[in-house]
Order: sequence, then C-alpha cells, then structure tokens
Amino acid sequence: MSLTDHDVKNIAHLARLALTEEQVPVYVDSLSKIFDFVAQLNAADTASVEPMAHPLADQVQRMRPDEVLDSDQHGKYQRNAPRVEADLYLVPKVIE
Amino acid sequence: MTELHHLTLAELNEGLRARRFSSVELAKHFLARIERLNPTLNALITVTAEQALAAAQRADELLASGEAGALAGVPLIHKDIFCTDGVLTTCGSRMLANFVAPYDATIVEKLSQSGVVMLGKANMDEFAMGSSNETSYYGPVKNPWDLKKVPGGSSGGSAAAVAARLAPVATATDTGGSIRQPAALTGLTGLKPTYGRVSRYGMIAFASSLDQAGTLTYTAKDAALVLRDMAGFDPRDSTSVDTPVPDYVAALDQPLKGLKIGLLKEFFEGGLEESTAKLIREALQVYERLGAQLIEVSLPNLPLSVPTYYVVAPAECSSNLSRFDGVRFGYRCENPKDLVDLYKRSRGEGFGAEVKRRIMTGTYVLSAGYYDAYYLRAQKVRRLITDDFARAFQQVDVLMGPTSPTPAFDIGAKVDDPITMYLNDIYTIGANLAGLPALSIPCGSVGGLPVGLQIIGPHFAEAKLLNVAHGYQNETLWHRDIPKGYE
Amino acid sequence: MMSWETVIGLEIHAQLATRSKIFSSAATAYGAAPNAQANLVDLGYPGVLPVLNREAVRMAVKFGLAIGAQISPRSVFARKNYFYPDLPKGYQISQYEKPVVEKGTMQILLEDGTIKVVGITRAHLEEDAGKSLHEDFHGASGIDLNRAGTPLLEIVSEPDMRSAKEAVAYLKKIHTLVRYLEICDGNMQEGSFRCDANVSVRPVGQEKFGTRCEIKNLNSFRYIEKAINYEVARQIEEIEAGRKIKQETRLFDPDKGETRSLRSKEEANDYRYFPDPDLLPVVIEKDFIESVRGTLPELPDQKAARYIEKFGLSAYDAGVLTASREMGDYYEGVLAALKSKNLEGNEKLAANWTMGELSAALNKDGVEVTESKIDASRLAGLLARIADETISGKIAKEVFESMWAEGKDADAIIEAKGLKQITDTGAIEKTIDEVMAANPKQLADYRSGKDKLFGFFVGQVMKVTGGKANPAQVNDLLKKKLAG
Repeated sequence: MSLTDHDVKNIAHLARLALTEEQVPVYVDSLSKIFDFVAQLNAADTASVEPMAHPLADQVQRMRPDEVLDSDQHGKYQRNAPRVEADLYLVPKVIE
Repeated sequence: MTELHHLTLAELNEGLRARRFSSVELAKHFLARIERLNPTLNALITVTAEQALAAAQRADELLASGEAGALAGVPLIHKDIFCTDGVLTTCGSRMLANFVAPYDATIVEKLSQSGVVMLGKANMDEFAMGSSNETSYYGPVKNPWDLKKVPGGSSGGSAAAVAARLAPVATATDTGGSIRQPAALTGLTGLKPTYGRVSRYGMIAFASSLDQAGTLTYTAKDAALVLRDMAGFDPRDSTSVDTPVPDYVAALDQPLKGLKIGLLKEFFEGGLEESTAKLIREALQVYERLGAQLIEVSLPNLPLSVPTYYVVAPAECSSNLSRFDGVRFGYRCENPKDLVDLYKRSRGEGFGAEVKRRIMTGTYVLSAGYYDAYYLRAQKVRRLITDDFARAFQQVDVLMGPTSPTPAFDIGAKVDDPITMYLNDIYTIGANLAGLPALSIPCGSVGGLPVGLQIIGPHFAEAKLLNVAHGYQNETLWHRDIPKGYE
Repeated sequence: MMSWETVIGLEIHAQLATRSKIFSSAATAYGAAPNAQANLVDLGYPGVLPVLNREAVRMAVKFGLAIGAQISPRSVFARKNYFYPDLPKGYQISQYEKPVVEKGTMQILLEDGTIKVVGITRAHLEEDAGKSLHEDFHGASGIDLNRAGTPLLEIVSEPDMRSAKEAVAYLKKIHTLVRYLEICDGNMQEGSFRCDANVSVRPVGQEKFGTRCEIKNLNSFRYIEKAINYEVARQIEEIEAGRKIKQETRLFDPDKGETRSLRSKEEANDYRYFPDPDLLPVVIEKDFIESVRGTLPELPDQKAARYIEKFGLSAYDAGVLTASREMGDYYEGVLAALKSKNLEGNEKLAANWTMGELSAALNKDGVEVTESKIDASRLAGLLARIADETISGKIAKEVFESMWAEGKDADAIIEAKGLKQITDTGAIEKTIDEVMAANPKQLADYRSGKDKLFGFFVGQVMKVTGGKANPAQVNDLLKKKLAG
C-alpha cells in the first residue's frame, strides 16, 4: 500500500508529532514499506482464532487491597517537571 | 597472569567471599577500565563511580560481618532503561536526557539488596527500539570485536560493556531479541526469561506484552546466579507471575543425556548465512555427543512472527510513549504557542526518527478503520504462533537454532532500510510473542566475529535452559574468548 | 405544526468511595493540596504499572447486582488514547468491549403515577482524570493531578427517557441507589457524581432516532433539566428552520442557561482503544459475586414496596421516605421506638411527622437527617403523647419546636409548659358552660339556626383551655350542650 503525504500528516497529528516538510516524504516511504511488509499477515487463516493480548493465557488480574500507602512527595516528583508554579504543572492555556 | 576482569561472575563472587580481593578493589579495577575503554566503545551513558565506591565499601563491610547478600560486592551495569533513584535514566533518548528517576526499578532494588555494586548505566537504542544500537541519542555503541561493527541492539551498550570486560554482568531487556541478538553479536550468554518471570516495574516500557528483563554475562552459570536474585513475583506488576523461583544454580549440572532438542526447520531457511549455519550444526553435534537427541520440528506460522511483531510492538509503544508530553518530566520545546504545539514539538524534537516511525506505525494500526485489519489480525496470528510453539514443546524439551542470521554488521549498513533492520530479529521475535524463555550462547566465530546459538524453552523452563547452556559451556571455550585489545 | 418526541440517554460518572485509587495506592480524599495525592502511577511516570483495587471491583459488582444486571465473568481493561493535560499517561484506562456490568434496569416513577423501566446498557470501571485550573498563570493553565486515578463507575443508560423530567427522575434514582449501596458519596458539588446527556428529537411516531448531541458538564439536577430543555428547544428550532442537527459535543453554560458547541464529530478523537497490556483479564468468580450479594442492603424500591404493603403508606410517601437510606433509617428508628412503647400502628403518623415537621426543620437549618437535633427516639416520644392523647396535634407542633430549639424530651417540655391535654369530661363541660354563659347572643343565634357559629364555640373553648382540650371531646360535648 502506498500512503500519501496527507495520510502521514494525519497520523503525525494523531500521535502529536511535529514533522518537518522534509521528513514527511521520508516517512511516507518507510511507513508504506512497513505496511506492505506487515500485509503478509493477510496470508494467515485467522477465521476461527481468538485474538491474543497477553503471552500467558491462564493468568488473571490480581487485585490489591484498598490501602493508602503513599505520602505526599510532590516536591520530589516535580523536580523533573519543566514548568511548575504553586505546585501545579503549567501548560499553555487550556480552552474548553 | 589472570586479571580480575578475566574471572567470571561466579569466580568473582567466590573470590569476594574468600576475601581474595575486596569489592572496593573490584570496583576500582572495573571503573579504571571503563574510564580507559568506554570513550572508544560508547557503551555507557552514565558512570556512577562515587556511588559505586560507596556501595563497594558497604559490601565489604557486609562481607566482613558475614551478613552479605548472595551477590555482595559484584560489579554490575544497568541498562539505562531501568529507573535508578537519584541517577540519570535516559532510555537512550533526548526526551529523557535530563530525567533523574525518583525511584528504583524492582530489579534494581532486588539486586541492590543482593549486594551488587552498580558501576553505571548502559547505552541502548532509543527506548529499546533498534537492533544495532544506532538509534541512541547518545550515539552508536561500538562492538569490541570490531569497532566498525555494531554490537546489536537494543541492549548494545550492555553487551559491548560486558564483552569488553567493563563489568562481569549487565542487565538488559528483550522485546524482540534485544538481549539475545547483542549477546550473539558480542560473544556473550544472553538470557531472556519467561514473560512475567522478572518484574517490569521501573523498566521504561516499550511494548508491555513483550518486554522482559534479563542478563548479559559470560556464562550460563553467571546468568543463573543473577537471575536467582532478579526474578520473582512483584505485587507492583500485574503481569508478574506468582510462582516460586527455583535454584537455577543447583540445576546447572544435570546430565543432558536423553535431552530432546527440536531443530526449527524454519530457522535454517531464508536469510541464514552458511558460515553461521555451519557453526550451529557443530554446536548441535556437541549436544549429540552429550547424549541429546535431535528432532526436526516445524512451526508453520513462525515466518509471520516479524510482521506480527511490527504491528503489536508499535501499537503498544505508540500508547506507552504518549506520557512523554513535555508536562511532568522530560524534554519540553521552547516557547510553545499553544497546547498542541507543546505536544507536537516536545515529542517531535524529543524523539528520534526510529521512535517516531514506530509511534506512527502503531498509531495507524490502532486507528479507526485499520484496527481489525492490522492489530486484531496480528493478535490472532500471535496466537497461531504461540500454539505452534506449544505443539513443538509436546515433542521436545528445548528448541535450538541460530540467534541472528548473520554476525555483527557494519555501523551504518542498515540504518536507511527499516525492513532489513527488522529482519535481523527474525529468529528471536517468536519467543517474545509466545512469552517463552530463550537464551543465546556463543558457539564460534566467523571472520573474528562471534556467532550465537539460540535455545528456547517452554514457559518457566529457565532452569532447563541454563542447564542445557551450561552443559555446552563445560565442553567448549567460546564463552572464554575475549576480544583483542580487551584482555 | 409537527409535534416532537425527545429521546434522552444518560452517561453517569460516579466516583467510587474507595480509600485509594483504582490503580495506585495514593489517597482519594477530596480537597488535598495540589498534586499532594498524585503518586508515580497517577503521574504516569516512566516505568510504573497499574494494579487493580479490589474494592473498586467489589463496588461495581454491588451496583450491578442492585440493578439486576449481568456481572461479566471476564472483563477487560482497555486504553482510550488521547492527549490532554489532565490525562497524564496520554490514555485513560477504561473498559470498552467487555465491561464488568451489562444489561440492568432501573424503575422510575412518572408524574402520572405510572412506573417506567429504564434500561442500563452497561456500567464499567475507569480512572478519573486530573483537573485543569484556568486561573491565570501568565497565560498558562495549572494542572492538579490529585483526582487522576480516582475510580469511576460509568453508568450508561439506554436512550429510554422521553423528557427532561424523566431524565432527572432516573438520575435521582441512580443517585439514591449509589448512596444506599455506599459506593459513592453522591456529592455533585465536589464532582463525585456527574452526568453527560445524549439528547435528540424526532417527529412523534418516527422510529428512527434523530441526530444526537452530547451535553457535558451537568453537575446538578437543576442544570440537567434546564440544559436538556434548552437543547430540545434548540434542536426543534434548528430542524423547523430547515437546518440539520450536527452530531457534536456541547457544553452547558449554567450562567447563560445555554448549551454551546464544543467539538463536532469530525473533530472527535480517534481513541484507538485496545486491551491494556499492563492489566490482565478481570475474572469474577461466582463466590465473589455471592459474597458481594450478601452485603447488599434492602434497596430503595424494595423498601418502598414494604412501606406501602406493611405500613399502608402511599407510593409517594414511600418514595420520599426511601429517597435516602438515612431518611428510611430515621423513619424506621421512630417506628422501633414506638413499638418499644407498645404503640404499634402509628406508621402513618410517623410518616407524616418525618416528612412534615422534621423535614421542614432539617431544611430550614440545612442539616442532614443524621445530624437532626431531634433523634428518632425523641420524635417517637412526642408521637407517643399524640397517640395516647396527652397532647393534640396542634400542641405537638409547638412541643416539636421547643424540642428542636432546646434539645429536650417531649415529656419534659409538656410538663414544664403545662401543655397536657384536658381529657376530663367534667372539666371540659365546665369550660363549655362558662363559654355559653359568656356569649348569650351567639348562643341564641346558633340555636335559631346559625350552624356556622359552631366553630366560634370550639374556638372559644380552645382559647380558654390554652388549646389543651381534647378537640374530639370538645366537639362531642359542645354539640350536646348547644343543642340544649
């Protein structure tokens, strides 16, 4: 299959990735090749096969007791934050 | 003369306990090698000399008091995908070039409790996406066997460091072959345990249903020693399995007579180089001499493992990497004009080309209208492949074949062609899709470059795999080879 | 002129009253300092993983059982992917294809007294998002992630409601139920109980649904009614003007009383749902379900039916008294106290007082029934004096007021104020004689046929006795005496 510039820009927007104009044709080319490559999957007969989301089939979700184990550590956690004010993470204005 | 870096981890461990040398001496010895050799290899992103010496000091005290953990004083390098409290944790990415983890990954914690001394953090493909260690923001890692060659990836820094004897062990992770392929390309023993055997907590996720942490060591015995303290149930990881950790070391010496080895027909087809194939056949003869029986088996759906992987892994990665948005940690672009601009430029500038390619691949296969055709279909083929393996293990104890179709290739040779690069993992991906344990051991060399034999077992058969690998290493010396210039 | 039918479906988000978050061990308490309750998992830090809170599952199952739904033996968590600052991981862990609860129902009482069954398509578990604070930080918004990861039960109804009033009735029923079950505190101001409404209109008689709009941000019963009515009128106006309804998300602005467009379907996110690989299938065993069933309280509808059948209350009264678990508990507390005084059979009296004087006093002071200044046994003490005719209903109201103000028993107040009813026939007859003697003209008029003056004599007797004379006895005796 062959993707278009438009397709790649759409995907990049959905994934929130800025691409330069020069990068677009590079990704058009490599992504098209990848989707051609994975199209081999169409050869498999999967009509009666259950999809597999997890490698160990018999495992089920464990549940933890409802206990609070954490104390306030926002100072430590916010040391990695690019912009913080009044203990809040700052982002460009959110408009609803 | 035998130098400290010629000793295996098991020998070092024994020497420490016998007080033949101290942990501080060991740490200093390896740190000096790192200082001298790493600038050429680029195997480490961060060297934690000060902490290492302090930890070694503590280990010596514990060894003296007789209260030391099983691996007290043993030097180790962590792949930079594991969060280490208070230490830079980059995942090989510009996105995390300033990220100091505020906590320890479970395996970091467990190994610390066991007494290991962390020397530093290993270079890697960015977010573990690559097979050559060329996608790292910190530049390619060089293969100590030939500096023009790649060490494999994504755990290329871990592999190059251990191969160059900068440490006797490095942790690593394997999502599609990222432990085994570098092990093969650098002449090491690389173990990827069963999915769920080792906690993923604190390991920065690439593809959650495939990622598994393991080790790069010289020998299977060394791997057994480290895995024993690294494995186990972790209540913080829902996918970690609550089943006891056997004594892998105790099981090493079981005789291999009667072992049923499955030869994967599909592994000897396609792009396998004859020189590599020859070495694999020779290795199999060693097993025959030890009394093993060779049985050819076929996994008809295995050829679909690479395309399956290149749908499943990017899909999971596209979602896992959404948290890198320039808000709470990591790279943030300059002067974003609005929220969307903040996201797009922080991510566009913070991620490298291959990571962006995988995120876009994954975004596409999950998007409306394509989910069934790609993602759901891949999930179904994944089951077919897994079922193939399960059938094979009804007939045989382990499966064997090559780890990589070729020995190490030139740096830069495959960077422009993702498909060719992806096909490097053709023999390793199956085990990830099925969650199986697998390891690679050195079995010879071609033109001075090591070749790896891959051994795959059923779920939770790590003890058997290590036993089988150890049996081979008792008969051969490939695992003792040290690259020229690093003796 | 075309007549239109409104079609409404509701999506309710109820925050589950767990101590810790759905996938992390951070606290869920409301009102903490910014980001003080956001741990590494809530912040979506690299490398961290979710682990499911058993209590959240238990609460979801409890709700499912209470609405007679199917509990999925195997349900799956999925990731809903989109970028937003209050969503730290860039995806919300929710349930998509396999929710924990499916196919339940809820009965609502319509204004005409008939009962309507509203279908509940599903209820699924998910994590709440954080909050964006729009106060001005030099043109930026501040993000507080304390709420991120709080467990939510999203309850999705069928498009079964046909008016804003029905929607409110349904919402109130769910609100009552989650509080009965003690799985949600129901605090709408704090956002513990929120609702989105899907609204469309179609010509009466048409089977096909019209294009719907989703109204967000409906955090009070009043807003919901206003927002839906506004939206219905808007949609009808649009269609009658020859325009088409666009499928879109709209936001209710309570200040203006209007809804406005937030984003159209074309701009809607492609959420790229897929099963969360960090979480395994949630398997709910029969034993677990039965253990939860064992903790179910008597449900509001069951309780109302019992009040109607056993106590002879009207459907309306039974509905009011069961609107909250606490109100029902209070009412039954009064009955129990009366029973201990061997005064059974006063269920209607107790209902009237609980719904009347007591509720009015609670409303006036703005307190909950659990904080009532007159507890159930004290109210029973007052009702006992009405039942044994120590005081009249009228005097009782006065006593009630004093009890509320002074915090004393009914008997103490009756005693102190000398309000005991006069039931002594001789004493009443004596008073009547005095009143007749004092009002000869009125007596003559009455006897010559002015029947209306009977009330005058009752009033006079009550006035002289300070309202304490037993009214029934006054009536009887007056009739005899006046007749001469």
